[in-house]
Amino acid sequence: MTKVIAIALLTAALGLSACTRPDRFGAGAGGADPTAGGAGVVDPTALGGPGDPRSPQYFSATVGDRVLFPVDQSTLTPEAQATLRGQAQWLATNSDYLALIEGHADEQGTSEYNVALGARRANAVREFLIAQGVPSARLRTISYGKERPISVCAEEACYTQNRRAVTVISIGTLS
Amino acid sequence: MLTRLIALFTALWLAGPLLAQGGPLQITITSGVIEPIPVAAPTFQAETGGAEQLAADITSVVLADLTGTGLFRAVGAESFVSTVTDFNAPVAYADWRAINVQGLITGAVAVSGDQVVVKFRLYDVFTGAELGQGLQFAGTVQGWRRMAHKVADQVYSRITGEGGYFDSRVVFVAVDGPKDARLKRLAIMDYDGANVQYLTASGSIVLAPRFSPTGDRVLYTSYASGIPAINMLDVASVANRPVATAPGEMAFSPRFSRDGTRVVYSLSNGGNTDLYLTDLGSGQHYRLTDSPSIETSPSLSPDGSQIVFESDRSGTQQLYIMPLTGGEPTRISFGDGRYGSPVWSPRGDLIAFTKQGGGRFHIGVMRTDGSEEVLLTASDLDESPTWAPNGRVLMFTRETLGASGGPSLYTVDVSGRNLQQVPTGGMAADASWGPLQP
Repeated sequence: MTKVIAIALLTAALGLSACTRPDRFGAGAGGADPTAGGAGVVDPTALGGPGDPRSPQYFSATVGDRVLFPVDQSTLTPEAQATLRGQAQWLATNSDYLALIEGHADEQGTSEYNVALGARRANAVREFLIAQGVPSARLRTISYGKERPISVCAEEACYTQNRRAVTVISIGTLS
Repeated sequence: MLTRLIALFTALWLAGPLLAQGGPLQITITSGVIEPIPVAAPTFQAETGGAEQLAADITSVVLADLTGTGLFRAVGAESFVSTVTDFNAPVAYADWRAINVQGLITGAVAVSGDQVVVKFRLYDVFTGAELGQGLQFAGTVQGWRRMAHKVADQVYSRITGEGGYFDSRVVFVAVDGPKDARLKRLAIMDYDGANVQYLTASGSIVLAPRFSPTGDRVLYTSYASGIPAINMLDVASVANRPVATAPGEMAFSPRFSRDGTRVVYSLSNGGNTDLYLTDLGSGQHYRLTDSPSIETSPSLSPDGSQIVFESDRSGTQQLYIMPLTGGEPTRISFGDGRYGSPVWSPRGDLIAFTKQGGGRFHIGVMRTDGSEEVLLTASDLDESPTWAPNGRVLMFTRETLGASGGPSLYTVDVSGRNLQQVPTGGMAADASWGPLQP
């Protein structure tokens, strides 16, 4: 029992730091390891690992923490909607988690427009999750525009990965 | 002769490449490139002992400023028939005519303690007369480059009839790190890339700094608080403070009003981005647009009464003009492609912009009614133009693509000539060109 509490506190601390410094280089904003979730330094096995459906690892790897968008669009594709339904279910089950939704754009656009486009994308995800029953107070949004690409080639194969909204979860209290 | 050439020169310059196609002008044009005016600047006289190096450095910066415009060509000292040994002695015009120098710049430098005085004269060799009067500038030895820029501004101004732009500074975003983990910090430099100083640490993302009209403050977007928010930085003290904006989720794209007392910016709420205005003194907020589309990248007219901005209300990014007090925007861009990041020329006559289409990016200019659109550049990624104080040159960001690519600053003149990279000593983006310094 003591061990479980210690783990929960560790997660909370990491979650808090993720909340106050969202432009860190976490998984959502461009980290290299997609299985590491929002708490990139935690040993996955210590939290039950990706096999534990209540772990952040499971959320990012199995539920899917990101959705992709067509060029210059913020409409949710059927695939994106399926992913987001999974996210809403997970958030319903794990009601002690908050979510920060990061909107991103590829580099094929002007800088300030892309900040606004990222805000639109993050909000499209937020609205969809709210429609699926996630309380709006648990959701926040931020746009990174084209500041945080995860794929760096100059081809559509990379651009499509960068036109994304990433749901970064963290344990925390509503503010 | 010099003045006549200059008049032709200016006419051609104003008209841009159109006149280069032909017409009555008796000016030498090779492949659409103007033949630069040959000038000579013999190394300035050292009037005090030990000032020789400083005199040589100042001379070379004056020449670098002038030749960097593409409008002048330096005739090298190896061609000189005579030398200048006395700043006040009469000029041997025939000796300069013999080597086809049209503009002769002479100067003298005197150092006393940490103070330096720079004197110069400009001669029109073909008419055999001084162009304007001799002038002197005083300052600190440490600030010697500014005095060189002031001399060059005078020479440029007397020959072209335009205001200069050399004694000016640029604030920009210095960029480090790999493409998927960029580090960005605000930096300031002289217009020519010299004297780079960093204004912020690189702990968080910074975007699009903009000078105040007098150059004393900088507005920019910072992610330091965790969300995009507007900050204001005092250039002299580097003191930084957040600007309280209207209630909303994210604030970005800030610009000073022309009197420096108000801020126009974008505010994003529920995924919708509109333009707002906040009075820095009273803290009052005003909403300027109310549309479900994206409205961002405002730029004020020189008289401060209007803004040009970009909006995708038509379905794609286009440029619009509206009064600063709000009202119905008028669309001015109608070409193919997307138009963004408009900036109003300090002369009031043109609007520069980023144009995107067919997988290419361009920096272009158009009249304020959208007519006479001219694209000045083309590359995989050009954006964020900013005007030189005289409205004759644009600086912009050019980014090379791919994992090893990165942004650099370039300048191009308003006719599309003289594309040059600014030597910033590292990756650089998002320039804002400040006013001529007093």
